[in-house]
Amino acid sequence: MKSSGIIEVALGFLLVLGLAEVWQIQKKIDAQRQALQEERDELVLRSPKLIKRMSLEYAPLVGAMYWTRAVQYYGEKHRLRQLRQGDLELLWPLLDITTTLDPNLIVAYRFGSTFLSDAPPRGAGDPEHAVELLRRGVTANPDYWRLYQDMGNVYYFDKKDYPRAAEAFAEGAKNPRAAIWMKVMAAKIAAEGESLETSYFLWRDIYQTAQEPRIKKNAELHLRLVKVDLDLRELNRLANEYERRAGRRATKLSELVQAGLLSQVPADPDGYLYVLGEGGKAELNLYSPMLEEKLMNK
Amino acid sequence: MKNVWTVAANTFREAVRDRVLYNLVFFALLMMGAAILVGQISIGIEESVIVSLGLTAISVIGLLIAVFIGVGLVSKEMDKRTLYALLAKPVERWEFLLGKYCGLVMTLTVNTAAMAVGLYLALWTVKHALEKSDAWILVAVYLILLKLALIVALALLFSCFTTPFLAILFTAGIYVAGVFAGDLRTMQAVDLSPATMSLLKGVSYLLPNFENFNVMGAVAHGRAVPGALVGQATLYAVVYGAVVLAAASAIFSRRNLK
Amino acid sequence: MRVDAGEVFGFLGPNGAGKTTTIKLLMRLIFPDGGTARILGKSIDDVSMHQEIGYLPEQPYFYDYLTAAELLDYFARFHGLTATDRQTRVQEMLKKVGLETAKKIQLRKYSKGMLQRVGLAQAILHDPQVVILDEPMSGLDPLGRREVRDIILELKKEGRTVLFSTHILSDAEMLCDRVGVIVGGKLRGVGTPGEMVGIKTQGIEILFEVAAGKNLPLLAKATQTGERYRVQMPEEELYGAIEQLQAADARILAITQLKPTLEEFFMNLVEADRAQANAVEVSGK
Repeated sequence: MKSSGIIEVALGFLLVLGLAEVWQIQKKIDAQRQALQEERDELVLRSPKLIKRMSLEYAPLVGAMYWTRAVQYYGEKHRLRQLRQGDLELLWPLLDITTTLDPNLIVAYRFGSTFLSDAPPRGAGDPEHAVELLRRGVTANPDYWRLYQDMGNVYYFDKKDYPRAAEAFAEGAKNPRAAIWMKVMAAKIAAEGESLETSYFLWRDIYQTAQEPRIKKNAELHLRLVKVDLDLRELNRLANEYERRAGRRATKLSELVQAGLLSQVPADPDGYLYVLGEGGKAELNLYSPMLEEKLMNK
Repeated sequence: MKNVWTVAANTFREAVRDRVLYNLVFFALLMMGAAILVGQISIGIEESVIVSLGLTAISVIGLLIAVFIGVGLVSKEMDKRTLYALLAKPVERWEFLLGKYCGLVMTLTVNTAAMAVGLYLALWTVKHALEKSDAWILVAVYLILLKLALIVALALLFSCFTTPFLAILFTAGIYVAGVFAGDLRTMQAVDLSPATMSLLKGVSYLLPNFENFNVMGAVAHGRAVPGALVGQATLYAVVYGAVVLAAASAIFSRRNLK
Repeated sequence: MRVDAGEVFGFLGPNGAGKTTTIKLLMRLIFPDGGTARILGKSIDDVSMHQEIGYLPEQPYFYDYLTAAELLDYFARFHGLTATDRQTRVQEMLKKVGLETAKKIQLRKYSKGMLQRVGLAQAILHDPQVVILDEPMSGLDPLGRREVRDIILELKKEGRTVLFSTHILSDAEMLCDRVGVIVGGKLRGVGTPGEMVGIKTQGIEILFEVAAGKNLPLLAKATQTGERYRVQMPEEELYGAIEQLQAADARILAITQLKPTLEEFFMNLVEADRAQANAVEVSGK
């Protein structure tokens, strides 16, 4: 009796030991495979139609799976800071499959429109496909007017096609539930094309209303850059005014304050004071991280 | 008709005492739990994933039950010869068949309802509230049940004239074909003659169009299901099912029980 | 072939002769290529006639997830018995076949003999006029067979008609008013058991015990197992042998008639058949 008990305990112990070994070995394997990361970028099945057929009746579920994969793909790629053109090449196929499987997955369209069309290092730099994605989106979800907003943004920011941008905003404005500014923006862009105020407004609306955290973060990034441009433009205008009044170019912003043109020296979104650089032009502070940000995102 | 009910009630009792069914339902409930987990890692579509995964689980498990147990309804009785003593009673063969059918459909209804409750529990765990739009899930579940009832009828039909293994194969095959029936109708192929095209079109109408019962896409995003669709799908299932059961009865009534 | 009301009719034949097939034809489990059959004056197509028939299939198998009581109750419903009727009848039947103590146990735990008894119970549950039993003794131990025999005799006493099939001759001899013999799918003859197997006995066998060392000529022809001896002889020599045994103070245990086995009987039939190619006509009535 006793000996069989001991054997059981011994077997149990060996089992635990064996599993611990397996755990260790798996860790080693994972480390190895990390080194070979490039090989993991594979989308074996590419045809959305085929995948839809293979999903039988369960397409929305499979669509959700591909959506998750798309987000993880983007997240992983984004960790490598230096994104170049072509590094996000699987994003469009993944989103294409996702939206074919589940045409009502709104967040996929919104995510896609942002990160497909935005230039590297933020996105794939592929506004063509972004537009195609959004067209599919509005066909399947005619009620969701924000897709028109996204479309307008893509035309405005990345394709610089202002007539089409205006068209998109106007189309979206037709929806009785659309925000009133859609109509206003349509007219403004049709008339003026690009302007810093418009850009600022568009990015701010996305920042305020987007629920997907990455989209929100992306909008914030753009918003800060546009804010800097707006600030610099205003500062230059004031510097020109100073020159007109004082007959010479100011060398420090404090002079503008003394002249009563500014209440105080303003700071950039990161809190660093603006400066006047060569030729009396307004510039970012040398220490400000915004400088690097501006350089990276041009 | 009383005989039909007697057989149905006994079939239901058999299912209740069959542990396999409990395992399947337990597994489905496990899936619901998994759905909650999966929802956590899917950004922005947590609820949608829970509903999709839940409905998929209900559909797939229901499918397994409908095919495997559906085929076994009659073939098990023929193999084990439990049928012989029964048919010696004053009961018609079609009454027996219909009774078995109703018994399994009742079982499926109970199972599906249990799983639907699990689905709502999963949703509630994540949302801590249920909205009006969540009621559409019940409609989706009802349509899945209609689909399953039709599949049971088909399984029964096949099991009346082939071996259980082939019956399972045929039923599974017609399920897959039926899912694509709609595609078949709208298919554009350049290199097929008009005659072939119309033949394919005809076939597509004769196959059971299971897409009629699939509203997962809409319901996962909280959208409404048109009442007309529900009504028509019900009618379709009833008529198609009746035809299949009638054929099964006719075949079974003339079958020699070795 | 015709079975009269109130008689016990044995359907005899070797395995594979077609007994079960015939019975299944009667029960409409399989369909005939030709010919007609009637039970109680009604065509076998008439399912309502099954109200008056009880049937025990060969090697019965019932729903193993039910208990005996549940099974009988289930079957009783098809006969239109009310709930109270069902309860009484089920109890009666269980008692009759000796399964009262096991009535709450699921059938999957039943032995073959117990299943056979359940089968009998469900066959007579609804008080049928005609009872058709397919190999009711098969797989039973001697006690079980005895019980089945008793039940069949009881049924006969109650005035029912019993048709049963078997390949065991002694059972048929004991129970049947008449028998029908079927070989190779054809009916070979109908008559009383005596008529059918009325072939002269092949002699007598004596089983006896005797103390060692006794002078007994019989021993030369006897086979010995332990303390017992068996010896066979023609019928004429019986009394001479008994005298010998008496003289030797032997203890006679048994005296039996040697009959031809059923196999031999049927072999003869088949050979005679081949010689003549004359089969008895079957007309169902």
